Amino acid sequence: MIAYNTAVVLLGCALLGLAAGTVGTFSLLRGRALVADAVGHAALPGVAIAALIVATLGGDPRALPPLLAGAATAGVLGVLAVQALARTGRIREDAAIAIVLSSFYALGVAILSWLQTQPGAAQAGLSKFILGQAAAMRAEDALVAASVAGICLLVCLVAFQRLRAVCFDPDFCRMQGLRVQAVDLLLLGLLVLVCVAGLQAVGLILVVALLVLPAATARLMTFRLPRMLAISALIGAVCGAAGAWVSALRPEVPTGAAVVLALAAVFTVALLLAPERGLLAQLYTHLRRRLAADTEHFLRATWEAQEAAGAGPGTAGDRWAPIAAVADARGWRIGRARWLAFWLAQRGLVARAEDHVHLTPRGAAAARRAVRAHRAVEHHLLAAGATDIASADRLADLVEHGLPPEVAARLLPEPSALPASPHVLGGKRP
Amino acid sequence: MSVAPPLSVRHLTVAYGERPAVWDVTWDAPTGLTAIVGPNGAGKSTLLKATLGLVPALSGEVRFFGRPLEEVRDRVGYLPQRASVDWDFPATALDVVCMARYPRMRWWGPVPKRHREAARAALAQVGMEGFAERQIGKLSGGQQQRVFLARALAQDADLVLMDEPFAAVDAATEQAIVTVLRDLVAKGRHVVAVHHDLGTVPDYFSNVLLINARVFAAGKVAEAFTPATIGATYGARLALLDQANVRAAEARAL
Repeated sequence: MIAYNTAVVLLGCALLGLAAGTVGTFSLLRGRALVADAVGHAALPGVAIAALIVATLGGDPRALPPLLAGAATAGVLGVLAVQALARTGRIREDAAIAIVLSSFYALGVAILSWLQTQPGAAQAGLSKFILGQAAAMRAEDALVAASVAGICLLVCLVAFQRLRAVCFDPDFCRMQGLRVQAVDLLLLGLLVLVCVAGLQAVGLILVVALLVLPAATARLMTFRLPRMLAISALIGAVCGAAGAWVSALRPEVPTGAAVVLALAAVFTVALLLAPERGLLAQLYTHLRRRLAADTEHFLRATWEAQEAAGAGPGTAGDRWAPIAAVADARGWRIGRARWLAFWLAQRGLVARAEDHVHLTPRGAAAARRAVRAHRAVEHHLLAAGATDIASADRLADLVEHGLPPEVAARLLPEPSALPASPHVLGGKRP
Repeated sequence: MSVAPPLSVRHLTVAYGERPAVWDVTWDAPTGLTAIVGPNGAGKSTLLKATLGLVPALSGEVRFFGRPLEEVRDRVGYLPQRASVDWDFPATALDVVCMARYPRMRWWGPVPKRHREAARAALAQVGMEGFAERQIGKLSGGQQQRVFLARALAQDADLVLMDEPFAAVDAATEQAIVTVLRDLVAKGRHVVAVHHDLGTVPDYFSNVLLINARVFAAGKVAEAFTPATIGATYGARLALLDQANVRAAEARAL
C-alpha cells in the first residue's frame, strides 16, 4: 500500500517527466538542448529576488507561486540574454549560453548568501531549489504538474506539423512566410514552463537532464517522429516515477538525482542495444560487412591461386589450393585464413582438407562473381586513368563489395566472359 | 506597359562581417530558365537568400513580379542547398514535401488529404513515388535532392529559386531535374538556379547571370556566356578583393 504522500509525489514526477519528454523532443531537434540548462540556472536569482520582495512586503517568503513567477521571469531573461549575445556575432551560441548560465547562477548564489545573513525567514528553504526536493510536493503541486503536462502534450500534438517543419528547415519556413519566430517562442515558452514546474522536484541544476535525456534516448530507438514523441514521453514519465519511488524508499537520495540517474541508465542501455542506431547494432553491421568482404576476398584468392597454377575449377586441372597461398595473396596471417576457411566450409562454399581448400560448385559460382566484380572495377579504374596496376588492384579491393545494382550493371553487362586479370596472379602481398 | 520580370534586383549589397558577398547587384531575371554562375564564394547563394530575405541585405530593393515578396509569397518557390538541413531528422519523404503546402493549411492539426495528394503528385513527378514513406535519412544523396525538388514543385510557384540543384547528384537525378526544369518552363513558369558546372550551362539554361560579388555579364547564354565574360568573372576575384582593400585603407586613412 503506497502512502498518499508518496502517491502524490510519484504522480507529480511522472507527469513532469511526460511534459519534459514531449517538449524536450522538439527542443532537441531544434538544436536547443542547452537552452534548458540556461533557463534552469538563470532561474536562481529570480527565485531569490522574489523571496526578498515577498519578505519585504511582509508576505510568506515560502509561498510557491511568487517564487515560480520569479524563476520564470529570470529564466526568460536569461534566454533573451543568450540570444542578444549570440546576435552580436562576436560570440557563438554555446559560449553565450555558458556565460549567461554561470553569471545568472553566480548572481543567484550571491543573493542567497546575502539573504542568509539577514534576520527573518526570507531565505528559508530556498536552497532546496538547487537540488530539488520532490518529497515536499503536495497535492496542489501535483495538480500544477498535471496542468503543465496537459498543456505541453496538447500544444505539441496540435502544432505538431509546424513544430516539425521549423525544427527541420527553418529557412524554408521563413521563406514561405510562416512565423518561425512565433513557433520558436512557443517552444521556448513550453521549455520555461517545464523548467519552472520541475524546479521544485528536480532542482535547477538537473532540470536540463529531464528535457534532454528522454528525447535523446527516444532518438536512438526510432526514425519516426510521432513514435519518438511517444517513447520520449513514456521514458520521461516512467523514469520520473521510478526516481521518485527510489527517493521515497531512501530519503537520503535527492529525487532529482534519482530521476536523472534512472534516465541516464535507460539512455545507456538504448545507446548500446537500440536497433540500427545502437552501438552493438552498428558493430554487428560492421562485422557482418567485413566478413562479407573477407569471404569475397578468400573465394577470389582461391580461384586465382588455381588460375595461376594453370587450371580453373571444374576443369581437368581443378586442384586444391593451399590455404597458405590464399593467405599470402591477401597478406593475411595464416590464422585468419584458416578461420575463414573453417567458416566458409561451414557455409558449404569450400571443402577443406589438410590445410588446402577446394571450391564447391556454390563456392565456385560466388568466386566467379567476386572475380568478375574485382576485375571489372580494376579495368574501369585503369581506363579512367589509374597508372599503377597495384594501386588499382588495391582500390578495387575497397570498392568492389556491395556495389549498387545500377553501378554493377554498368560495369558488368550480363552475360559476359570473365575478363582477364590486368596483373600477374599469385605471389605474396606485403 | 511591359510585364514585370519574375525577379528584379536593384543595387543589392550583402556583407558578412566586412567582406561584401554581393556588391551593388542590379539585375532583372528574364523569363524561362536562368543560371547564376560564378566561382566559389562569389555570393551566388547569398544573392538568392538575400532576395528571399533569409540573409539581411545592407541596401537594395527586390521585387518579384513587380511587387515586394510579402505580397506574392505564394508565387515564389525555393529549393535550398541539400546540405542546409540535417538529413538524419526523423521525417519521411512525404512529410518533407508536405511542408511546401503549409502556407495553404491552418496552423494546427494534421495535413489535409488534398495537400497530401498534391505532395504525392510532386514526388511522382521526380520519380520518387515509391519512396513517399521512406525515412529521409535512408535515401541516397540524389534521392534526397529529388525530395527537395518535389517540395519546391509542391509549392506550385510561378518562379522557383534553386540553390545548386545539380550539386553532387547521380546521373539519374540530374536527368530527372533537367526534365522537371523543362516541364516547368513549358508550363510558363520561371526558374533561377545557382549552377556550378560551366560545361552544362548551354545545355540546360537559356539565360545566364555571371557574378563574382558584382555582376559581370547577364543575358542570353549565346550572347552573355562567352570565354571573355567567363574569364573576367573567374579571374576578377583577386582584383575585386584588392579594390575592397584599397577602399578599406582609404576609409581608415580618413
